[in-house]
Amino acid sequence: MIAGLYRAGDSPLHRMAAGWKLLALLVAGTLVFLVESPFAALAALLAVLVLYRLAGFGLRLAMAQLRPVAIVLAILFLAQLWLASPAVAALFVTRLAALVLAAALVTLTTRTSDLVDAIERGLAPLSRLGVDVAKVSLSLSLAIRFIPAVGQIAAEIREAQIARGQRPNPLTLVAPLIVRLLKMADEIAEAIDARS
Amino acid sequence: MAGPDGMIAVEGVSLERGGRRVLSGIDLGLNERRIGVVGANGSGKSSFARLLNGLLLPSEGRVSVGGLDTRRQAKEVRRKVGFLFQNPDNQVVYPTVGEDLAFGLKGRGLDKAEIADRVATTLARFGLAGFGDRLVHELSGGERQMVALAGVMILEPEWLVLDEPTTLLDRKNTRTIMATVGALPQKVVLVTHDLTLLQGFDRVLVFDDGRIVEDAAPGEAIAAYLRIVP
Repeated sequence: MIAGLYRAGDSPLHRMAAGWKLLALLVAGTLVFLVESPFAALAALLAVLVLYRLAGFGLRLAMAQLRPVAIVLAILFLAQLWLASPAVAALFVTRLAALVLAAALVTLTTRTSDLVDAIERGLAPLSRLGVDVAKVSLSLSLAIRFIPAVGQIAAEIREAQIARGQRPNPLTLVAPLIVRLLKMADEIAEAIDARS
Repeated sequence: MAGPDGMIAVEGVSLERGGRRVLSGIDLGLNERRIGVVGANGSGKSSFARLLNGLLLPSEGRVSVGGLDTRRQAKEVRRKVGFLFQNPDNQVVYPTVGEDLAFGLKGRGLDKAEIADRVATTLARFGLAGFGDRLVHELSGGERQMVALAGVMILEPEWLVLDEPTTLLDRKNTRTIMATVGALPQKVVLVTHDLTLLQGFDRVLVFDDGRIVEDAAPGEAIAAYLRIVP
C-alpha cells in the first residue's frame, strides 16, 4: 500500500485549507534549501516530525513516507560523502528528508479532491492561455488514485513470473507492466466517459 | 423506432471494431424493467452494452435513448444511462470513497453542500455509511464494486447497464450486489455469464457471433443459450 494517501482526522493541519498548506510547503521547501548548517537542517526535520505529532500521526507513519526514497537518499548520501564531506552529505540528505516528509504530510492531511481544487484555482489564470485546467487537475487525481494500482499490477506480474520459474527481473517486468497499464488506461478513460 | 419515453431503440445496428464485424443486424426496442444479455465470450454482448450509452457508436444504424441519439447527444444519453463495469478498480477514479462519489456530481453545477448531502445519502443507501474517508484500494472486492455502483447511481440515471459486474466477486458479494441492483427503481440491462442471476427477469437476449439469436423470457432464452454453449 501507499503510505502517503489521505488519513482522515480532525487536527489543525487537517482543517487548514489545502491552498495554504501547498503555499506553506512551497515556502518551507525553498527555505530549507537556503539552510547551510546540518544542525539547522536537522532542526527543520525535527519541526516536521512535530507537525506529524500535531496531525495525530506517529513516528512509524513518518518513517513509512521515507521508505520509498530510502535508496535514493542513501545513494545521494554516499555520493556527497565521496564528492564533498560528511557535513555536506548530512546536510543534503537531511534537507531532502525534511522536504519529503513535509510533502507527504500535506497529502496525509488533505483530501485529494481539496488538493485538486486548490491546484485548479492556482492554475486558473493559465486557462486564458488555452490550458484545460480541469483536465490537468483530473490527471493529478488519477495519478494519486492509481499509484497503488500500478504497484499491485507489478506485484502480480512478478508473482506470475516466479510461479513460471523465472527469477524476478526489472527488465522482464517492464513490457507486461506497460501492456497492462495501457489496457487499464483504456478502461479508465471509458469509465470516465461513462460517468461524465 | 417510436416508443414510450425512456425507451432504448436500436435500429439496424452493426458494429466493426479493429476491422472485424462484432455486431450485425441488431434491431430492437428495450423498455422492460429487467433485461438480461447472455452469450459466449466474443459473442458481442459487451459491445452491445457499450452501444446503449454511447461508449461505442454503431458503424451502421442508430441507437437512441428516449429519442436522444447516442452519436449526436452523447452527453445527454450518458446522463440517462449509467454503466457499471466488470472491474471496479478501473472505474473508481478518486482515492477515497466520498471523493469518488462526488466526482460525477461536480460536472453538474451542484454546490459543495448539495454534493456533500447527496454523497452522505448515497453512502447510507448503499450500505457504505462511514466509508466516506476510506481509501478505495484498501477495500475488499465486494466493497469496491459497491462503491462503483454507488458512484453510478448517485447520478440518478434512468437506466443502469451492468457488464458482468459479479465476475470478480465471491458468492456472498454477488448476492449483495444483485440484491442491491434488484431493489433499484431503474431499468436494468445485465450482461452476465451467471444464468442464475436472470431469475425473475422480464426478458433475456442471447448473442451468438454478433447476432441476437433468441429474445424471449428467461426460461426459453436460457434453454436456447444452453443449446449454443452446452
